[in-house]
Amino acid sequence: MVLTGAEIVIRCLQEEKVDYVFGYPGGAVLYIYDALFNQDKVRHVLVRHEQAAVHAADGYARSTENVGVALVTSGPGATNAVTGIATAYCDSIPMVIISGQVPTAAIGQDAFQEVDTVGITRPCVKHNFLVKDVRDIAATIKKAFYLARTGRPGPVLVDIPKDVSAHKCEFEYPKEVSMRSYNPVVKGHQGQIRKAVQLLLEAKRPMIYTGGGVVLANAAEQLTKLTRLLGFPITNTLMGLGGYPASDRQYLGMPGMHGTYEANMAMHYSDVLLAVGARFDDRVIGNPDHFAEEPRKIIHVDIDPSSISKRVRVDVPIVGDLKDVLEEMIRQLEANAARPNPDTLGSWWKQVDEWRSRECMKYKNSDEIIKPQFVIQKLWEVTGGDAIVTSDVGQHQMWASQYYRFDKPRRWLNSGGLGTMGVGLPYAMGAQLANPGAQVACVTGEASIQMNIQELSTCKQFRLPIKICNLNNRYLGMVRQWQQLFHGERYSESYMDSLPDFAKLAEAYGHVGLKIERPSDVEGALREAFARKNDLVFLDFQIDQTENVYPMVQGGKGLTEMILSAEDL
Amino acid sequence: MRHVISLLIENESGALSRVSGLFSARGYNIESLTVAPTEDASMSRMTIVTTGSDDIIEQITKQLNKLVEVVKVVDISEAAHIERELMLTKVRATGKDREEMKRMAEIFRARIIDVTDTSYVIELTGNQTKLDAFISAIDPALVLETVRSGVCGVGRGDRILKV
Ligand SMILES: Cc1cc2nc3c(=O)[nH]c(=O)nc-3n(C[C@H](O)[C@H](O)[C@H](O)COP(=O)(O)OP(=O)(O)OC[C@H]3O[C@@H](n4cnc5c(N)ncnc54)[C@H](O)[C@@H]3O)c2cc1C
Ligand SMILES: Cc1ncc(C[n+]2csc(CCOP(=O)(O)OP(=O)(O)O)c2C)c(N)n1
Ligand SMILES: [Mg+2]
Repeated sequence: MVLTGAEIVIRCLQEEKVDYVFGYPGGAVLYIYDALFNQDKVRHVLVRHEQAAVHAADGYARSTENVGVALVTSGPGATNAVTGIATAYCDSIPMVIISGQVPTAAIGQDAFQEVDTVGITRPCVKHNFLVKDVRDIAATIKKAFYLARTGRPGPVLVDIPKDVSAHKCEFEYPKEVSMRSYNPVVKGHQGQIRKAVQLLLEAKRPMIYTGGGVVLANAAEQLTKLTRLLGFPITNTLMGLGGYPASDRQYLGMPGMHGTYEANMAMHYSDVLLAVGARFDDRVIGNPDHFAEEPRKIIHVDIDPSSISKRVRVDVPIVGDLKDVLEEMIRQLEANAARPNPDTLGSWWKQVDEWRSRECMKYKNSDEIIKPQFVIQKLWEVTGGDAIVTSDVGQHQMWASQYYRFDKPRRWLNSGGLGTMGVGLPYAMGAQLANPGAQVACVTGEASIQMNIQELSTCKQFRLPIKICNLNNRYLGMVRQWQQLFHGERYSESYMDSLPDFAKLAEAYGHVGLKIERPSDVEGALREAFARKNDLVFLDFQIDQTENVYPMVQGGKGLTEMILSAEDL
Repeated sequence: MRHVISLLIENESGALSRVSGLFSARGYNIESLTVAPTEDASMSRMTIVTTGSDDIIEQITKQLNKLVEVVKVVDISEAAHIERELMLTKVRATGKDREEMKRMAEIFRARIIDVTDTSYVIELTGNQTKLDAFISAIDPALVLETVRSGVCGVGRGDRILKV
């Protein structure tokens, strides 16, 4: 069948079973929009800013096992998309971004709305393509989806000049992709896995440390099985929350800068550390020299060899898809009668429970003023712990991660690697579209929400009943906290004056707005909001302005040198 | 430590900038980088001379391998290998310097490939140290310009980089 390049683009998306594309039209993609108009399989979500298109597609991908798709025009459309692309790249999210480009003959002429999109995005994509011939579109899009979802996932950009989208050729969607230069390892090395299992069985102070890879690999089930089989304590990074049920006894909470005392102590003093799909981020291990002071054997399972021995030297590297590797570990353990010594493990647990008894997540609640932690605990109760929670970046993000207990993967969507303020609402849009019946809450701050507030309009158009929980402290709270602790209380530009009345603003967009000022009104407001099944409700919680996030490991300090609460200051 | 990394990469436009961008973005050193198509025109071969600790070199090879268009990477300096570089030097050659330059070229087994009344162009191939030695052996006041190709290299014997 002979089709135009634009029609081919849409046919490819259909072949990939894409149900939603998040985008914004413009000159260079007019043919593609025309082809979208003539079909109804691929639905288009018109956002109000290209950054939000990419974030929404990213949120869609995070909340499902699918590739998110965004469509933007050349020039400013593409540059607006860059923050979204970089955000997805830092958290290894599978996405395909299609961008329009000026006609081939105009490339390099400083044409209207011309930027070197492939050049600008190169450092923040897994790969990108400029398609110069209509006959290459189908094969390129096929490759883009394949690259996005296999190996270590990531965003892939396909730049299509306007004339290429107008040219015609015969359409056939390739059945397979083969690239001699790209063959991600799936199966872990048997011998290495055997070595790892042996180490785990002999460990005296074992610890399991897992991350976003478990979510990306859809391997929560395997992880849970292995962890129970071994009986070891486990921690999930900010990206890995829900990879292991947070309400389980073996779970110690999150590690790192704002992690729990018990998780950090157990990481630090473990003699065998099993790292699975986690990349020893600087926010997790604190000062690497301090971390290296305690001798321990590290087993590291990751699909990306470059994640291994990057910041921390590893003793048993295992490259492969962690689902496959975990299954093999389980198989070897089940085929073997040996189990960790119950006495040694018992005394290790005694130590861990002693750390746990410090109750580092305790906070002083108040009858007078709303505490942010309390709002999150109530949110957890009201939603039965079963909502999809998105967040922005700041203190509210940390409180959401600490006080909402995630028992399942793909329920917690946030920007960990890039820490992009403004993702919360678009993530919620993508998640709500992907999971129409689900309760979706966006935990945000008065500063972050304003970075993509225009999307309230998109939510109206697509009837997305998101519940926005604005933890309004009238401060760039996370910045204020650092200024208080490390910059002599000089609050340089961290105060937010002239805030809008968010409830009224929500109403102006056609939504429901509530302003909550008393602790006693928190639960009622949340219940009312979630009872409104068809409405977006903007809950503007006026919280304690000076609350800080604890525990905290200061930059440059070791994992065990934690500030547990304000009293430690 | 100095390392010589050879790689095969798909001969696509932009492939070179992916590699050079990687080095600049991650703050790795590049002493020299050469690239040209191989006998199979769909692939280019690059030779990169870099320096760094073992950890950095390990990351460099891992990061290079991670580039989607890179087909294969080897650190040829890990074992027996050969390195060659080409240098063209234009020197002032008048009066007694004419004879002297010719003599130096002979000593280094270089060739004079262009001659005018006042200058020679001298072609010299060898490893880096040999080219450096030649440059320091001749009178710097006589050097008009030099151009070096950067190092290319292959492993000895059975060590073959091919798909
Ligand atoms: C304000 C703020 C505070 C933060 N504080 C903390 C904190 O206290 N604690 C914390 O943990 N984080 C914190 N972070 C997040 C932190 O910056 C990192 O984003 C996060 O720790 C990285 O998580 P990860 O190690 O799980 O890696 P991810 O970025 O999730 O990487 C996943 C890893 O899994 C691998 N992988 C992917 N798929 C597979 C597969 N199929 N098989 C095998 N491997 C696979 C990838 O190659 C990669 O190495 C904070 C962020 C912000 C913005
Ligand atoms: C786009 C962007 N700009 C700046 C920052 C730096 N930053 C991190 S947290 C923060 C404050 C966020 O304030 P708010 O959304 O009100 O959340 P709070 O910390 O008060 O809960 C800032 C400015 C960032 N992460 N992202
Ligand atoms: Mg705030």
